[in-house]
This record gives sequence, structure tokens and C-alpha cells, in this order.
Amino acid sequence: MDLALLPDAPTDTERAAIDAVVPADPDTPGPLPAGERRDLLLPAFHAVMDAVGWISRGALGHVCARLGVPPAEAYGVATFYALFSVTPRAPRTAHVCDDVGCAAFGGEALCAALEDRLGPPGAREDVTWTRSPCLGMCERAPAVFLQRAEPEAGDGLGDHQQIAPADVTTVLEGLGGADVPGPDPVVSTPQAGADGLHLLARVGVADPADLDAYRAAGGYAGLRRALAVGAARVVDEVTTASLTGRGGAAFPTGTKWAAVAGSPEPEKYLVCNADESEPGTFKDRVLMEADPFALVEAMTVAGIAVGARTGYLYIRGEYPAAERAVRHAIDEARHHRLLGDDVMGSGRVFDLEVRRGAGAYICGEETALMNSLEGRRGEPRAKPPFPTVAGLFGKPTVINNVETLVNVLRIITEGGPEFAAVGSGRSTGSKLFCLAGTIARPGVYEVDMGTTLRELLELAGGVPPRLRAILLGGAAGSFVTPDQLDVPLTLEGTREIGASLGSGVVLCFDDDTDFAPVLRRIAGFFRDESCGQCVPCRVGTVRQEEALARIVRGREIGGRTTELQLLTDVDRVMTDASICGLGQTAASAVRSALKLGLVGASGATGGNGVESS
Amino acid sequence: MTLVDLGTIRRLVSVTVDDVEHRVPEDATILDVLDRAGCDTPRLCQAPNLTPVNACRVCVVEVEGSRPLVPSCARRVEDGMVVRTDTERVAHSRRMVLELLGSANDMSQAGDDVARWSVEYGADPERYGPVGPPAAAGERGNRHPGHHAEPDGETRATVAQPVTVDNDLYVRDYARCILCYKCVEACGTDAQNTFAIAVAGRGFDATISTEFAVPLPESACVYCGNCIGVCPTGALKSVAEHELREAGEWDPEDETVTSTICSFCGVGCTLDLHVQHNTIVNVTSPHDHSVTHGHLCIKGRFGFQHVQNY
Ligand SMILES: Cc1cc2nc3c(=O)[nH]c(=O)nc-3n(C[C@H](O)[C@H](O)[C@H](O)COP(=O)(O)O)c2cc1C
Ligand code: SF4
Ligand code: SF4
Ligand code: SF4
Ligand code: FES
Repeated sequence: MDLALLPDAPTDTERAAIDAVVPADPDTPGPLPAGERRDLLLPAFHAVMDAVGWISRGALGHVCARLGVPPAEAYGVATFYALFSVTPRAPRTAHVCDDVGCAAFGGEALCAALEDRLGPPGAREDVTWTRSPCLGMCERAPAVFLQRAEPEAGDGLGDHQQIAPADVTTVLEGLGGADVPGPDPVVSTPQAGADGLHLLARVGVADPADLDAYRAAGGYAGLRRALAVGAARVVDEVTTASLTGRGGAAFPTGTKWAAVAGSPEPEKYLVCNADESEPGTFKDRVLMEADPFALVEAMTVAGIAVGARTGYLYIRGEYPAAERAVRHAIDEARHHRLLGDDVMGSGRVFDLEVRRGAGAYICGEETALMNSLEGRRGEPRAKPPFPTVAGLFGKPTVINNVETLVNVLRIITEGGPEFAAVGSGRSTGSKLFCLAGTIARPGVYEVDMGTTLRELLELAGGVPPRLRAILLGGAAGSFVTPDQLDVPLTLEGTREIGASLGSGVVLCFDDDTDFAPVLRRIAGFFRDESCGQCVPCRVGTVRQEEALARIVRGREIGGRTTELQLLTDVDRVMTDASICGLGQTAASAVRSALKLGLVGASGATGGNGVESS
Repeated sequence: MTLVDLGTIRRLVSVTVDDVEHRVPEDATILDVLDRAGCDTPRLCQAPNLTPVNACRVCVVEVEGSRPLVPSCARRVEDGMVVRTDTERVAHSRRMVLELLGSANDMSQAGDDVARWSVEYGADPERYGPVGPPAAAGERGNRHPGHHAEPDGETRATVAQPVTVDNDLYVRDYARCILCYKCVEACGTDAQNTFAIAVAGRGFDATISTEFAVPLPESACVYCGNCIGVCPTGALKSVAEHELREAGEWDPEDETVTSTICSFCGVGCTLDLHVQHNTIVNVTSPHDHSVTHGHLCIKGRFGFQHVQNY
């Protein structure tokens, strides 16, 4: 295919940044075979963003020339992701979280302060700020992600940083180029060092950068045992353990693994979903920052068990600290032959590649994530075929969430039946929850499945006084009320009250909360994050947001009942006919809030919410 | 029980549609079965000569065992599949897809079928409030993903924007574009392999675009017009048709279609010449034609315009 490229040439900086991630073909110097390494499209765009802060015509053209990707398609990909810009943008941008976990907890105040100092978003050419959906640091609100372009940044990972809690002074210093203190995962884990922890056992105990410390704390016992008992036995243990996915969909992990392990196709992949973007969720970030070797070991166990030679770790682009931690752990593991072509002397081949997301919640959906890994727009695929049959690069693929994978280490060392004995029914083992909002000690908590919501809140400093509602499971979840605190936190228990565990979000709101902006933010989130592929979600999320705006402003068309009917109609088509889980759950939180009367009766905006119920 | 014959000999499987059993080839889609069974199934993004993208969701049906509805255009049949088209859920989703599209797009040139389905299913796009202001030229393509101005709900957002006229052969009227992906497929691997256009942006702000939204003459476009041939809403149309419509002289009542063979080269594509008032207004090719599959090149598609305009 001959590519028709725009005449613009890249600058030397752009060219150098791109050439550094697109390897030269030793046989045919010049462009790689057309489209064959399209999976490098996002890495190449990241390289340009990291170096110069936006993707110019010349830069996009050079990427296309090197990878053999048509420019219109590459442009379609670049414009899909919020962290990429195809128009000039200040090389240092502060992404300020104004989502449900941050807005009322300093996020809106910070936006106002930055607007005061820097003008509206995009006003300045050197430094600027912009609003952002949840940045996964809700336990230390308000959160900021600093996207900083720096051509000389040493480790090839860019110069990006996270600040939480953020104040205007630190943000301005960071925008000025200063190193700001990064997040401390131990602070985010109030249980650190306590007995009885499994997933969080090493947090604050073993230095996350030190392989020896990891081993001394029990690390790599799982892989050793997995190699000793063999792949089939590992898959059996995971099946017996009744482990269910922790990414939100709660699918039985053993079923997926068995399908891929049993596939006759010689090439298979393992993918770890570390795109964590569900508003209110931060558990995977804490795991990766505080115990990265555990994820690397777990992926190795999983990869070898299902017969994959390569594993991809897709990590959200706003998690630079976690990305550094896992990349370091991978390098160390490789250096010590815990990855590579002879894992632990077993003769088994397995290695890991890290890929960075670029600001798209939808890329957490498994098939959208695979498209993104392949250098495409993050649009979910039709299922069937399921990823276990035709996943990444069309090959059988196991995709699992970070927390799901880390659970595998306990299953291998303690045994499947032992794991299954914790909890009940389909809900076995322990589970991480992300507590934030109006709660005394926010953070990640590990409890056994079946612990009640009340017991979980007790761990975090007690049931918040004047608790009004809890957003359970994330923006795709629903609100529950103080009379429901005795619900056992299991798949079955939450379903019984019409809720779900989702990704483990427990976001608390007291009765000072004005729920109108909370709901509008959730509706706006889905409108922004819809990939746009299917009509129910693309247009439905817009109409939902508009109707909600009218309701909270007391400007209903045809009265309250008419608006509620309209919302119900939109809800039903999104839930029934959308392609993927985003559209299918886009009405969930709004529906539950309206049912609970959290937003205004007769035009009131909810106020303390009580009188409207 | 009806026997559905879809041409090639394949293993037959049994599918039940609204309590009637059908024996169909195993590689049929549910929509194939519905068509042969005589159901009037709405469709927008589906075309017989393109790979299904199942994006519009207007063709959904209930399939036993599946919680969400299933797009009939893309889903292959399985032995023992139980399909329902006659339920309230199916009717509701179809109505809402047509209604949501009608609320955001200009569907006035989407054809008689769409107009009929909209009435039959009871789509009421007006209940979402008055139409909001149209976007300025180029504005929709410049929206940053993940960001939008919070609406007050007083008016409804639409994709309204001016028509793009940047070449002599065809116009792009994206106020009518329902993002069915057909033009992208036709320009790409399904026919033309030119890849001049793709979907850009995200969500409601997604658009069909060239790289950096450059005018078509600066893009890879070779003016085969295959995108026009598949566009279901009139978003893409020849300059000839556009100008006649603007002048109020578009007269489908008068239109006659004459089949001929293209004389420009040796391939011998079948051309359907659409003539109004003794003027060729469009050239198409039948999608079931074994050579063209409905696709042409610039000479066949626009040769008449060269003749008439130059
Ligand atoms: C819109 C959407 C976003 C999602 N985001 C994530 C995510 O950030 N992390 C994740 O692990 N799973 C996410 N999922 C679920 C994945 O599709 C998939 O079920 C999961 O990665 C499978 O791993 P598990 O079985 O270990 O949970 C998301 C699903 C949807 C529909
Ligand atoms: S439901 Fe929404 S996010 Fe999912 S495919 Fe459809 S438009 Fe995209
Ligand atoms: S006219 Fe042909 S080449 Fe041009 S955009 Fe349409 S399909 Fe692509
Ligand atoms: S321009 Fe036409 S063919 Fe292309 S996506 Fe829009 S409606 Fe479909
Ligand atoms: S015709 Fe089936 S989804 Fe569009």
C-alpha cells in the first residue's frame, strides 16, 4: 500500500523520539512492513507527547511512514485518547480531578484556584490545567496528574507526576518543572503491617523496589510451586478456588484459563488489565506501587499456566509511579532469570511487555483494551468471539485484572480448596475495597468476602456520622443507603439488594452532600467516555445528561413524570442494546439515585437530600 | 416450517424465530433468517457488500440465553437458537435507536424505509427539547476527547453543521451522518483500500474525518465514490445531486434508471445511470453484481460529471 502523506516534515526532536520506540528493521532499513507493527502506534504517540507535548502533522506523518499506517487511521487513533493532543498545547498540563471522589473534597476548589492563577483551561501556552475524570487517588483527594513534556527525560517514561492531596502551590511548582513528592502507597493502606492480610501482606513491609526483600517476604514461592506441579494443576487449583474476576464483571477465572490452556492454537497471550479508571477505584494502583513483584510473579504463573509466551501489562497512562514500579520489577525479574527464555531454570519461556494507556476509560473494557494494544481506537469488539477464542492479535487470550492475578499467588501456595473455604458461594477469598469520601480513614482495605459493609466501615474509622448514601461499585454501580449496611459484601449479597461489588468502590457521602453535581458528574462521565460506536450509548448518554440537567434545575419538559419516563426509556435502550458494559451500566447510578430521591423533588437540587426522599 | 435457501450448500441448523422453526445454513446471520422469513427488520449500518459492524443497533432481537439484545445483522446462527422479534423489549430498543438518531441527526434523506420504521415503531425525537445551535464549520472535529461543556438541558445537542464542499465531485453533509462506519469500510478493506477517511474523535463528538481534517484534495482520496454508494442517510452525495437539491430541482419522481456497461476500461462494470429530466444525476452499481459488488472507480462513478461539467 502506498501511503499518501501530508507534506509536513517532523522536527528533529519529534523524529528522534519516534525512532527511539520504533525499531529499525535490520533487513530493510526504512519503514517497517506496512501495518505489521501497528501495535507501536500508541507507544510512538506517547513518545511524541512526552517529548514535545502535542502531535503535529509532521510527527503523525513520520509515525505513519515508519509503521505503514494510513494517516487518516492514525489520526482517528490519536484523537480517541484524552492524553494525546493533535493541536498545540502547553507542554506542561495539570489534569485536575473533578470527579465524584474529588470534586467536593477539594477538587472544585483547586480548579477555581488554578483558574484564578492560570486563566481558563488552555489559556496559556507554557503551562495550563484541565479538568480530568477520576485519577485513581480518591483516598487522598484532590488528585492531580501532571503531564509534562521534556525531550531530555532520561528513562524514556516521560516526566509525568501525580500529586495527592494537591494544593495550588504544589501544582504550580510542579508546572514550573519541580519534582513534587509522589504518592506513598503505605499511606493509602491503613491496614499495612496488620496480620491476616494476603493481597496487602507486603505493603509497608517489603521495599517494593527490592527483589531480595520480596523474596524474603515469601515472594516467588508461588512460581516455584507452579513450575513444580505443572500448568494443568495450576489451572485446576484456580478453578477449584472459584476465583472470580476482580475487574468488575466477576467472571470465573478458572473457566477462562482452562479455555485458553486447552486451545490447540500455538500462539496465545496473557493480558493484565491495569487500566483502572472506574471512578472511585484505586486498589490496582496501590498494589502495583506497593508490591509490583507480586503482579510480575502472578503474571508469570498465569502466562505459563495458559501456555502464553508473552504477557502484556496495559497500565493506565495517569499512573506514572505504578508504571515505574512495575517496569523496574520486570527489569529485575528478567535480570534474575525469573522472566525470559528460561524462567527459574524450568526451560519455560515467558516475558512481559508494558503498554501505557492514554486517557480512555473504555480501554478498561477487555476487547477495547485489545484494540488499543493493537494500535487501534479503543472501541469494544462484538462478542462472540470471546477473547479466549480470538483475543489479542486474533489469538486466544486470557485477560485478567491486577487484583485477580495477585490472588493466584495465594491460591498456588495455600491451595484452591483452602481459598474456596474463605467466603461463600461464588464469592471466595479476600477482596480489596476502595474507601473514600466522608470517611475517617480512607484507603484500600482487604477483607474476606462476606464481610458486611458495616464491618468494612468500622475498619476505616466507623460508620460516618450523618451518612446519607454510599456509591457502591463505582460510577457503573449504584447508591446504597445507611439501612443497607448489613449487606454481606459478596456477589450474591450485593445482588440481593440490587447493587454490585463492581470494582470495590465504597464512596461515602454524608448529608451535607449536594447530590445534583454528583449525579451530573456521573452522567457527564459516561457521555465523555462513550467510545461513540453504538447509537444507544453515544446519543443516550447525551440525552441522559440533558434530562438530568433539567431535573436538577427544576426545568422539566412536560413535568417530572415525563422526564422520568424519558430517562427510563433511554436507560432501557442503553442497558438492553448497547454493545458493551459501558453503555449497559451508564444509567445504573443515576437510576438508583433517582429511586432513592437523592436529587431534588419539585426543582430543589437535593440540598441535604433528606427532604426529597 | 420454511426452508431457507441461501445459495451455497452448507450444513443446516435449526433456528426458531417467533415460535416458527427454520432450517438454515450454519453460516447464516440471524438477519438472513429474518429476511427469508419475511420479517421487516430495520437496519442502518448493515449492507450486503460490507463486513457487519453492528454499530447502529436498530436490528436487535432477543436471543434465548442472552441478557442483552443481540444484533441480528452480525450474529451467526447456532443450532437450537431461539430468537424473538415480537417482544416489547425489541420494539422499545428499535424505537429508541430511531428516536435518538432522529433527535441528533437530519434523517430527512435517509429513505422511505427509515421514515416508515420511525412511524411504525413510534419514534418521537421532539420530546428531547428544542434543537440546539448548529456547530460552526470544522468545530465538531476540534473537540477534545473526554471534555465537553456541561449542558443545561434547555436545548438538545445535535450534530448539525455546515455542508463540507471541498472538491468538484461530492459533498459531505455530516449533519446527516449517523456514524454507521459504512463509508470507512468502503474506503478501507471492504472495497477501495485507500483509507482516506476514518472515524476520529470520541463519543458524541466522533466524526468521519481525513487526517487533521484536511480537505479531500489534500487527502488520499481517489474519488471512487464508493463511500457515497454505501452512505444510508444522504450525508455523502454527488455535487450534482447536492446542487439540484439546493436549487429545489431534485425530482426523484421523475427518476429513471438505465443499466449499461462502463466503457472506460476492460473490466466491464455494470453501471446504473440515474436520470432525472434527461440529466444523469448519479451512477451506481448493483451490490450483488459479481464484479463490482456495488463499488466503482472515479471514471464509472463520476465520468458523467466530467462529460457534463468540463
Ligand atoms: C467500560 C468498562 C470498563 C472496564 N474497566 C476495567 C478496568 O479498568 N480494569 C479491569 O480490570 N477491568 C475492567 N473492566 C472489565 C473488563 O472488561 C474485564 O472483564 C476484566 O478485565 C477481566 O478481568 P477479571 O476477570 O480478572 O476481572 C471494564 C469493563 C467495562 C465494560
Ligand atoms: S456501549 Fe458505549 S462504549 Fe460500549 S461500544 Fe457502545 S458506544 Fe462504545
Ligand atoms: S471517494 Fe473513494 S477514496 Fe475517496 S473517501 Fe470515498 S471511498 Fe475513499
Ligand atoms: S458519512 Fe454516511 S456512510 Fe459515512 S458514517 Fe456517516 S452516515 Fe455512514
Ligand atoms: S443493522 Fe444491525 S446493528 Fe446496524
